[in-house]
Amino acid sequence: MKLQKSTSLALVSVLEAAANPDRQVAAAEIAEKYDVSPHHLAKVLRELGRAGIMESARGVGGGYRFTGNARRLTLMDLIELFEDLSGRAGDEERIAATAEDRALGRVLAEIDEIARATFRSITIDTMLKLVERERHAAAAPQAAAV
Amino acid sequence: MQADDLDQVIAIDARVTGVEKTDYWYEVFHRYGTRGGRQRFCFVAELDGAVEGFVVGEVRDWEFGEPPCGWVFGISVRPEARLGGVATRLLETICGAFRSAGVTKVRTLIARDNHLVLSFFRSQGMMAAPFIPLEIDIA
Ligand SMILES: CC(C)(COP(=O)(O)OP(=O)(O)OC[C@H]1O[C@@H](n2cnc3c(N)ncnc32)[C@H](O)[C@@H]1OP(=O)(O)O)[C@@H](O)C(=O)NCCC(=O)NCCS
Repeated sequence: MKLQKSTSLALVSVLEAAANPDRQVAAAEIAEKYDVSPHHLAKVLRELGRAGIMESARGVGGGYRFTGNARRLTLMDLIELFEDLSGRAGDEERIAATAEDRALGRVLAEIDEIARATFRSITIDTMLKLVERERHAAAAPQAAAV
Repeated sequence: MQADDLDQVIAIDARVTGVEKTDYWYEVFHRYGTRGGRQRFCFVAELDGAVEGFVVGEVRDWEFGEPPCGWVFGISVRPEARLGGVATRLLETICGAFRSAGVTKVRTLIARDNHLVLSFFRSQGMMAAPFIPLEIDIA
């Protein structure tokens, strides 16, 4: 499973901001941390702003804040803003002329279904817990290996 | 879970699933309640004597070649009592029972489109298990 660059950028930006909802996160900081162009990031943040998930503070620093509901906003909600994961296999099935195409389409549809169910069941709040776990695992690699 | 909790458990389950399964629940109570022993568990959460929710599960040994682990078969909370941490406490309770039974892994299986229950288990830190459920029509 691979997400488009803008999508993963949106996801990490939201996670960075949702971890500190009271604090403004500087766009430049994120751009540097994830090694992306400030221009690309600004576009992504604008889209998140339009969806009411991020609020940008004008002026020096160009910070932004998370304004969504971390306990209800799912990965799917965010992904859908940037790419279309719906019915990919459905399209293939419609144009599939041969039984071979259709059989392949069925298998791909299975995979898509699982991906969508996974994205739909993971909230930003759950992701933040996962981020913390990763941080602990990195800090204590031996404990993580057990 | 006590025998006199059963009617309320049946009612909650019927509301949540849309199917009243009285016989099934008497059977569950028989096997998992008083006679459950140290492998089968069912618990209810109560507030002022009323049942708010329930959880059912058991320890299964060497199923599919896997070391013993705890399985959660069902968890439900009365709609009016949701989002108050009831299911979190029910899961903690049954995990405590699993731990006492000597297992260190808990699994469950959920319909792919049951986003509510999936979100709940995910929020508790559960991740995909290394299995893929399969089925076939044999009619
Ligand atoms: C899933 C269920 C058991 C959760 O019970 P609950 O007592 O409301 O759960 P909790 O209050 O302990 O919630 C714990 C976490 O689960 C997640 N969660 C619960 N309800 C949620 C919802 N509606 N949307 C998104 N996440 C939710 C949240 O992360 C929540 O933590 P938060 O309150 O800090 O946001 C309950 O909604 C239920 O009974 N649903 C129907 C069950 C069912 O379909 N059973 C049949 C198959 S087993």
